[in-house]
Amino acid sequence: MARSEYRGGGGDEPTRHWSIVIRSVIRRLGVAVAKGAGALLLTSIGLLLITFLIGHASPIDPVLRVVGDRASVETYNATRIEMGLDKPLPQQFVRYVGDVLQGDFGKSTNTGRPVLVDLFSYFPATLELATLAIIIGVFLGIPAGIGAAHWHNTWVDHSTRIVSLMGYSIPIFWLGLMGLRIFYARLHWVAGPGRLDDIYLYTVPVWSNVMLLDTLRAGNLDAFENAISHLALPVGLLAFFSLAYIARMTRALTLEELSKEYVLTARTKGAANARVLWHHVLPNIAAPLVTVVALSYAVLLEGAVLTETVFSWQGIGLYMTNALFAADMQAVLGGTLLIGFTFVLLNALADLLSTFLDPRLR
Amino acid sequence: MRLICSMALLMSLLTQTVFGATPKDMLVVLKNIDDIVSLDPAESYEFSGAELLANIYQNLVQYDPADPNHVRPGLATRWSAGKDGHSIEFVLNPDARFASENGVRADDVVYSFRRVVHLNRAPAFILTQLGWTDANFDEMVKKTGDRTLTVLWKGDLSAGFVLNLLASRPASIVDEKVVATHETSGDLGNTWLQQHSAGSGSYQLKLYKPREVVVLEAVSTSSAGAPKIKQLLFKNVTDGSTQRLQLESGDADIARDLGPDQVAALKAGKDITVEAFPQATVHFLSLNQKSEKLRNPAVWEALRYLVDYDAIANQLLAGQMVVHQAFLPSGFAGALNENPYKYDPAKAREILMKAGIKNLSIDVDLVNTPRFLNMAQSMQASMAKGGVTLNLLPGTAAQVITRYRARKQEAILFYWRPDYFDPHSNGKAFAYNVDNSDTAPQSSATWRNAWLVPDLSAKTMTALAEYDADKRAADYREIQRIVQKNSPIIVTFQEASQVAVRSNVKGFKVGPTPDLIWYAGVSK
Repeated sequence: MARSEYRGGGGDEPTRHWSIVIRSVIRRLGVAVAKGAGALLLTSIGLLLITFLIGHASPIDPVLRVVGDRASVETYNATRIEMGLDKPLPQQFVRYVGDVLQGDFGKSTNTGRPVLVDLFSYFPATLELATLAIIIGVFLGIPAGIGAAHWHNTWVDHSTRIVSLMGYSIPIFWLGLMGLRIFYARLHWVAGPGRLDDIYLYTVPVWSNVMLLDTLRAGNLDAFENAISHLALPVGLLAFFSLAYIARMTRALTLEELSKEYVLTARTKGAANARVLWHHVLPNIAAPLVTVVALSYAVLLEGAVLTETVFSWQGIGLYMTNALFAADMQAVLGGTLLIGFTFVLLNALADLLSTFLDPRLR
Repeated sequence: MRLICSMALLMSLLTQTVFGATPKDMLVVLKNIDDIVSLDPAESYEFSGAELLANIYQNLVQYDPADPNHVRPGLATRWSAGKDGHSIEFVLNPDARFASENGVRADDVVYSFRRVVHLNRAPAFILTQLGWTDANFDEMVKKTGDRTLTVLWKGDLSAGFVLNLLASRPASIVDEKVVATHETSGDLGNTWLQQHSAGSGSYQLKLYKPREVVVLEAVSTSSAGAPKIKQLLFKNVTDGSTQRLQLESGDADIARDLGPDQVAALKAGKDITVEAFPQATVHFLSLNQKSEKLRNPAVWEALRYLVDYDAIANQLLAGQMVVHQAFLPSGFAGALNENPYKYDPAKAREILMKAGIKNLSIDVDLVNTPRFLNMAQSMQASMAKGGVTLNLLPGTAAQVITRYRARKQEAILFYWRPDYFDPHSNGKAFAYNVDNSDTAPQSSATWRNAWLVPDLSAKTMTALAEYDADKRAADYREIQRIVQKNSPIIVTFQEASQVAVRSNVKGFKVGPTPDLIWYAGVSK
């Protein structure tokens, strides 16, 4: 109704309307970018400082990772100085931030490579997994949640709730191992742990570190098919867990909207159920849903350590966990910055999308 | 319609039957390779690194796989000890070639040893025991011809001991002509060698992706022997259950890090054999002498009767531990294979009562892996029956080592693996400590448990200098008996490595130390 009222003006009205919308979009985009950049800067510095302090309070001596526990005192002391650990903490922090600003994230003691090289190597593995999982989670979770709310207290609702509950309560490593045992070891339907079979893994040129892209770029369809087969189980598993969260949140949001007066009014006016859902409820829950999906995606991008362990998937979660256990501070700080950046970016995107999706914010 | 077709295509891809089988000319080994820090022999000090380097590089002399207490020719075809008792002259094999096809020269040997001393990384202490420093190096390792050189040392060391050091990993010989071209900022090629190779062994490093994979490629011209398998692929699979599934599915040939459950399950299956190989690692419970309540020898003796050795070795960690109560592992020259202590809580109570010790409570640091947790929980239960309370303090390996190195633990459940195949590596760890001060840190179990032993240290140094092999072995047996009877370091077990191998793989053996695992003789 509201839309038809807007469109009901004279000939110049639509043009003026769109010019207002475009100006509004540009203004909001500018504000969002400025806000995002500010938030990113503040968050990064805060994250770095906290991680740095926690790292140095850790009861682990990072020098031992490099020299082992049997090196001579001379070797130990020389390495400690080489790592800059003999300097006062504030000086170490300032030096690190200075290096980061120049694009130098330091060298990981765990891998012996520059941290930036590691991040470019491990993050795409997680990105590939998380992106596919969230796409499936969204496409199945949102309809399931809406269906559960629409058919509230029927078998559809109960089934969705049971599936959601399973997603929350079953340990992911157990489900992963069961999946491998059944679909990989017994039925041979999917490939096993790792990202590609050995015969492809070291022959496909690395371009983006996203296997689906790299195999396609190499024109190697067998390897592409193999990559899908390797992705099937871990993606399915993570999709199941994000689906459970998204479906539960969608159901709750939909139920809340369905109980509001405007829905009752629409129904009183004779609007069909489908119309109520598509034209009234969905536009109103779209904005909070975007936040839910963004949050789910961000959590997946942090890296699912257990999934990565079970599937030997060298992603950012496993990289960060190993770095933490070995007090590999350069790697921990670099990874924290990347994850912080990802969170802020997704939040900013979610805010921006919400602005356009929420009728009250337009 | 397009969407339906796409989905159908995706489902058909996903539900195709995927059969695993490794190629005939490739050996796929599943192993936790997270520990690798560097693949430069002058820097590498990790178990996985040692295993790889043993297949990539050769030394002047090599440990004999049949009996690692002796060395056999490596890049040197012959050698002779000098009359001065402080030198050995080596003659190099004229046919020896590096993977680059460069011939092996005396210059390469001098360069390789100089790198170790100059870079002064983790394993440098193994060679600097010979009295080598940056300042005197030119006088200690001398090229005497294109393929001859003399190695000298300072101190009272037997030639046999020196040969054992020269067979250890840091004494690997690198190709100077190749490495020198990759030197940056005077690092003697260290940065490059961390992820590349320049050796003369049966394999060369083809690909190294940290924490992911190592691929070695056969060098058919190596004087170490032409390998039967073209490629070795070490995949970093840290989870034992995942290793089992991949092995069963035929996607791997060998699984190296399996737990007791996985081993039991694999033993029941066809096409896979499980073998246990004794390792040179000994496990112990040690009591820090900085804690006054743990200084009484009655406590040391009582605790020896409060470990349920059989339950741990035969039930909890069946196949992974063997009862062994002396510091030299079985297989080493001079190893003492007597296990005089049995679980006897009544006797322990009596010893403690006689010494007037009541309500003894001990904090024990341990690594939080299933193996150590199982052992510690068993000890906690068995010691409780003798009136001793163990408070377990599990932590990550890095945490535990940090505390142990700083001597902050009250007691620790830990292990020791020799740095090189010679009894002195363990002798120095368990029976040598002449300076107990905090300002003189040592890596030995004696120093880290603040156990000062000047008399025993003198015996250890005498054994080190002994030329006669039989007399030397007898010396070590005597030293072990002393430590076994009266010390705060209670040696309990010797480790075994259980490996699952697909039955088409032949000739794979795990040596007692990681640098005694050779792949050149493995076939499929």
